[in-house]
Amino acid sequence: MSLDYLWQGFGVALMPSNLLIGFIGCFLGTLIGALPAIGPINGIALLLPIAYTSGLPAESTLILLAGIYYGAEYGGRISSILINVPGDAGAVMTAIDGYPMARKGEATKALAISGISSFIGGMLAVLAITFLAPLFGLLAIKFGPAEYFVLMVFAFATLGSMVGHEPVKTLIGCVIGLMLTTIGIDATSGAYRFTFDQPELHDGIEFIVLVIGLFSISEVLLMLEHQMKGTLKPLAVTGKYPTWADIRYIWWPSIRATVIGFVVGVLPGTGASVASAVSYTTEKRLNDRDGTFGKGDIRGLAAPEAANNAAATGAFVPMLTLGVPGSGTTAVMLGALMLYNIQPGPQLFTEQPKLVGGLIASMYIGNILLLILNLPLVQVFARMLLLPNWILIPGITALSILGVYSAYSSVMSVLIMFGIGVGGYLLRKLGFDMAPIILGFVLGKVMEVNLRNALAISGGEIGILFSSVLSITLWIMAVAIVALPWVIRRWQARSASPAQ
Amino acid sequence: MRPNIIAIAAILAGLTISAGAEPAKTECLAGAKPGGGFDLTCRLAGTSLHAAKLIKDPMAVSYMEGGVGAVAMNHIVGSRSGDPGLIVAASSGSALLLAQGKFGKHTADSVRWVGALGADFGVLAVAADSPIKTLKDLVAAFGKDPGAFPVGGGGAVGSQDWMKMALIAKEAKVDARKMRYAALEGGGAVTTALQGGHVKIASGDASEMIGLHEQGKVRILAVMSDKRLPGKFKDIPTTYEQGYAIDWPIWRGVYVGPKVTDAEYKWWVDTLGKLVKTPEFQKERDARGLFAFDSIGADYEKRVKADVERFKVLAKEAGL
Repeated sequence: MSLDYLWQGFGVALMPSNLLIGFIGCFLGTLIGALPAIGPINGIALLLPIAYTSGLPAESTLILLAGIYYGAEYGGRISSILINVPGDAGAVMTAIDGYPMARKGEATKALAISGISSFIGGMLAVLAITFLAPLFGLLAIKFGPAEYFVLMVFAFATLGSMVGHEPVKTLIGCVIGLMLTTIGIDATSGAYRFTFDQPELHDGIEFIVLVIGLFSISEVLLMLEHQMKGTLKPLAVTGKYPTWADIRYIWWPSIRATVIGFVVGVLPGTGASVASAVSYTTEKRLNDRDGTFGKGDIRGLAAPEAANNAAATGAFVPMLTLGVPGSGTTAVMLGALMLYNIQPGPQLFTEQPKLVGGLIASMYIGNILLLILNLPLVQVFARMLLLPNWILIPGITALSILGVYSAYSSVMSVLIMFGIGVGGYLLRKLGFDMAPIILGFVLGKVMEVNLRNALAISGGEIGILFSSVLSITLWIMAVAIVALPWVIRRWQARSASPAQ
Repeated sequence: MRPNIIAIAAILAGLTISAGAEPAKTECLAGAKPGGGFDLTCRLAGTSLHAAKLIKDPMAVSYMEGGVGAVAMNHIVGSRSGDPGLIVAASSGSALLLAQGKFGKHTADSVRWVGALGADFGVLAVAADSPIKTLKDLVAAFGKDPGAFPVGGGGAVGSQDWMKMALIAKEAKVDARKMRYAALEGGGAVTTALQGGHVKIASGDASEMIGLHEQGKVRILAVMSDKRLPGKFKDIPTTYEQGYAIDWPIWRGVYVGPKVTDAEYKWWVDTLGKLVKTPEFQKERDARGLFAFDSIGADYEKRVKADVERFKVLAKEAGL
């Protein structure tokens, strides 16, 4: 297997402009991760139109967005540890052992340990990507319309495992996304669907408009609503740095968490929050002999941090190799590629080696930058937690309008953004997750077009969807991923009952 | 008589001078995202006009995405119909959409067509290991069993790629609606599907297929042109050479708003007329994979309108 693409990629990533962009991405990512109000997906939604309209090339935009994404996995821990409020979804488990440490006056140690384990998780996962991703790329040519359709079926099947506690809402969210994606010129027949004679709607709802509406505008509305609640005061960063013995102590838990996180991240539809939860419970089950977990055990702190970074990185594998997003955030990045007329999919590796290589190379550099940023500069980020809402709310709103207007120079797009934002706010109040909507929107078009193309090729014969080894394998995987949790539960119930 | 002639000459000279005034600010509007064909047209015009010193300041390129140029045309006719410095990128695809009434109330008469700067040409290709070697083979085999030859193109039913193959289907006496046509996402997806055997015929543009043809991965059966193309294409036969009087130039040109004055319009026509003869332009055009296709002013206007009429007939014949 050739690693040419990686050397080419380092050439791209080490260009001064891309180094700077990568650094900005990592810095902003840490900051965005540290702020409890906004997560990586909001940050990316806000920065995407700015990057796109300022004429950055595709690889630079991707480096920037990726930096924000995995940077946020580093930053999320800061508010978890200092104010017991997770900065983003992946840092929920970090608070369990991190906050007690900070209360004991070991905040510095907690921040350093979690920074180091984040680095271990991120770095090992990039290594795994480097060697695994090209293997997927070899499949490229085997994917025809029929195989793509089944791949999308598989991607939707994994959604069930994503937001397991409310499957009906996940499904409804997905359907909303699917419905939104039918607006515009039909790619197969050229028919105009739901365009109401508005040329602005001919190309459908623009992805940037949808993302900013759903994430930023609805977030602003939620923040306005919570405005009355008092702000939490962060604990001071005090205490000593960890010793080598501490690092040896967390080494194996971090490695285990990396493996778990990477696998969970690669699976489409699951992300950093699942990864950190699974790895934390695994470590607790394996190692919690003295009941120290939950009271400030550094292994309980290191494991979820390594896992959420590994998962964030792992989520790039299906996105880059199959064009299937591994998480809501990678779904947004997938949309970003489409803005640049780059069709994600198995052919990406062969057609865009510079882009893929540049991105992966930038992850090596980014993780090193983040480690440097997060050890000595943690005080600076901690202070950001004091940013008041009267700056945040108007700031985010202004950036949203600016972003959408500069990308499409159309007032109509801005109005649609606000409409979607209000809709998103209402849905969130009703307990809906936004990610299925995005996934439905991004995957729905691919699914529809490929189904219709497959049927056009076969002259309406449905058999074409089951005609190759690849598509049959994908069908089996789709069925397995839906059925497996249920089978496992049954099996566990049966093996547990004789013991009682 | 003599003083009169001089007077007339002086008046004419005065007129050409007033027609020759360069707009204070020039701008090219691409009715799509950066990176597509409209963007390419704008950049070709802007870069070469400035390089050939036909405009003083660099030309600005702006983007207005939507409806493959529909939003841009709406904008020009509605809000900037008299802007003398603004040109808008168009292509034979715009003429096709106009013919199909997909630009709303606008027709070919809604704007003023300035000139074409170059063209790409339609090609039909098969996989390298296909038993089909010539366009004649293809017409014969397709006529016998159209179901065995799914076609891949980079646009919807009724798009240019679809039309190209519909013309071949007509030669094979096959109803275009019986064609098994997959609307794929652009030229890259078409050639990938062809190599993977998912489609048997690829309908596309010369410049995007030639690379794979040279690598021996696909075989271009014919260039849809009445003349042989130069350079890398010098060994690829045309449709005309193989006995089919079908061509499909994909021209790229520009138009200005309907209320631009005759003098201002003439300045653009004259300037483009000068431009296409400069080596600066020819270098830029070749670098962008376009072939010479000089059609300026009245000639271009005639071509656009003739194309719209031709496409109307085609669409009707194809049962759209």
